[in-house]
Amino acid sequence: MDLKEKLVSSFLAFEDGLDLDHPVHEERSNAIKNFETKGFPTKKDEAWKYTSLRGLQKVDFSIFPKQETTLEYKDVKKYFLHEIDTYKIVFVDGVYSSYLSETTHDGVDICLMSSAFSKPMFKQVIEVYFNKVASKDESLTSLNTAFSKEGAYIYIPKNKMPKKPIQILHLATGNEAALMLQPRNLIVAEDNAEVQIIERHQSLTGNEVFTNSVTEIFAGKDAIVDYYKVQNDEPTASLVDNTYISQKNSSVVRVHTFSLGGKLIRNNLNFYQNGERIDSTLKGVTILGDKQHVDHHTLVHHAQPNCESHQDYKGIFGDSSTGVFNGKIIVDKIAQKTDAFQQNNNILLSDRSTINSKPQLEIFADDVKCSHGCTIGQLDEEALFYLRSRGIPKKEAKALMMYAFANNVLESVRIPELKARINKIIAEKLGVRMGFDL
Amino acid sequence: MLEIKNLHASVEDKEILKGIDLKVNAGEVHAIMGPNGSGKSTLAEVIAGQEEFEVGEGNILLEGEDLEDLSPEERAHKGVFLSFQYPVEIPGVSVTNFMKTAINESRKAQGLEDMPANEMLKKIREKSEMLEIDRKFLSRSLNEGFSGGEKKRNEIFQMAMLEPKLAILDETDSGLDIDALRIVANGVNKLRSKDNAIIVITHYQRLLEYIVPDFVHVLYNGKIVKSGTKELALELEEKGYDWLKEEAAV
Repeated sequence: MDLKEKLVSSFLAFEDGLDLDHPVHEERSNAIKNFETKGFPTKKDEAWKYTSLRGLQKVDFSIFPKQETTLEYKDVKKYFLHEIDTYKIVFVDGVYSSYLSETTHDGVDICLMSSAFSKPMFKQVIEVYFNKVASKDESLTSLNTAFSKEGAYIYIPKNKMPKKPIQILHLATGNEAALMLQPRNLIVAEDNAEVQIIERHQSLTGNEVFTNSVTEIFAGKDAIVDYYKVQNDEPTASLVDNTYISQKNSSVVRVHTFSLGGKLIRNNLNFYQNGERIDSTLKGVTILGDKQHVDHHTLVHHAQPNCESHQDYKGIFGDSSTGVFNGKIIVDKIAQKTDAFQQNNNILLSDRSTINSKPQLEIFADDVKCSHGCTIGQLDEEALFYLRSRGIPKKEAKALMMYAFANNVLESVRIPELKARINKIIAEKLGVRMGFDL
Repeated sequence: MLEIKNLHASVEDKEILKGIDLKVNAGEVHAIMGPNGSGKSTLAEVIAGQEEFEVGEGNILLEGEDLEDLSPEERAHKGVFLSFQYPVEIPGVSVTNFMKTAINESRKAQGLEDMPANEMLKKIREKSEMLEIDRKFLSRSLNEGFSGGEKKRNEIFQMAMLEPKLAILDETDSGLDIDALRIVANGVNKLRSKDNAIIVITHYQRLLEYIVPDFVHVLYNGKIVKSGTKELALELEEKGYDWLKEEAAV
């Protein structure tokens, strides 16, 4: 049985344990119909021209893990940003681990989607926000919506800010030969609220994992949301990350995506600006080797006047790795005085690595500032000689240059310990000892 | 210190250096002058180990050791320093961090521990004061957005930090106004000692008024066509290079 059939047929079993009268359930039913009609995207779809999911569809994934597994904190500590105190929402093989987590209802709600779906106190928020910005048309998003049951639920009321950053960690133990996960996250920051979130997906073995994740983020007026995606997974772990963001007046949402490891990563990052004076920031560092593949598809939809967006993606591709950057910017006719900036710079370290970079601008307003740029190159030989002539060995000099290349993307990381951690991962990936933080 | 014997070097089959002989002793300053395209910068880069050039015949010996098979970084570890005519901009790496990395890599190559942080800071402070470099400048990205003069001053700052045995200054005077020239030249003069040697490559006699050479060589068409003392520089200033070209053609 292929994966699509398997998913569609298991929907009935999935429904068994759910409250079918819940308003969300109608969304699920509609979503599975859409997925059944559309199926997995293929290379014939323009948006999936360079990323194939065919290989994944041949794998016999378990859709519902059979057993619950407990993990010791000391064994997974390194996957947490443990240098600072944080709230933690942790899932093991898709199942919430209360033992590893630290949630709260103290002024803010940092808990689980399963609770939010079932408890009356969250009903209103679910009704107002759930599946309201996520696409009802895109098939993988629909697939996630159909099976939406568990994930992180974060609700920050007006004028509030959690005491510490929040980590969302999805661990896959490898108890199943191949496991498919579909976490669903909802993040709401009401007017003037502020929140910092770190999300990571981590496989603990060499067994195949396929995660199809959907995150909806709502930023109220003057809200500030910082979202960091740490993608540094095993070479057998694949991730399709669908993130949808809706922003109101004067809100700031910054999403940083660090794609440093994994088999296949597809990021669909969508910003919808539903107000004025909005600031949307999208930054990415991608460093790949082997046969890894990363595809960044970004969308910024400027629907109101006087808003800004800043996109800066840097990629370093070694061995036979492949990258895609497709940055779409839509500026509606009404969205005058839009300031949209997009930059994608890439370094290819080998003859076998490739990058497909495509800016896609659809501008219907006449008084706007939109700039985009894309570069693909090798390391500058003259600069390399300069560094080497000062006594810095070739390997370190190359690493230093790559480090420097990726650096400005890290500048806007607002959690210093996270910045240090990412620096460290990058240094390890480049195989050098760095005597300092850049 | 440095002995160059019959050095030939080419790039893409075009021979640029056509048999250079040069001997520089410790404690000496040599100036190499010559018209554009005579091979001055090539000579500097070949000594520093630029791999773009194919070295054919000849040898470069530093304290008796042949440099031929050494990489640029190994040459740097042995005490070779090149002040670039066009220093490269490296965005994202601060001057300070760059210097720390360079110094500690050299120390590592010599089997030494990293320089203690306080010692490093002290040295940075001393040397930047010597070259009248603003402290803020040190936390800026290496050469990024620096003026021509700032770049050159930064090169000499690096020289002061690395304390090379052999420093080659490639057109360090270009892009400098008279005040900056004086500061840079003073810096270089303070770094002169009986244990090191300096090669100054320049078009003009101007720099040599401040950094007074022991010997002056004229490079033309890949060869040293004339050598003399500092008076030769004055003669060149007065007469230009044409008479030497004619002499060389004979």
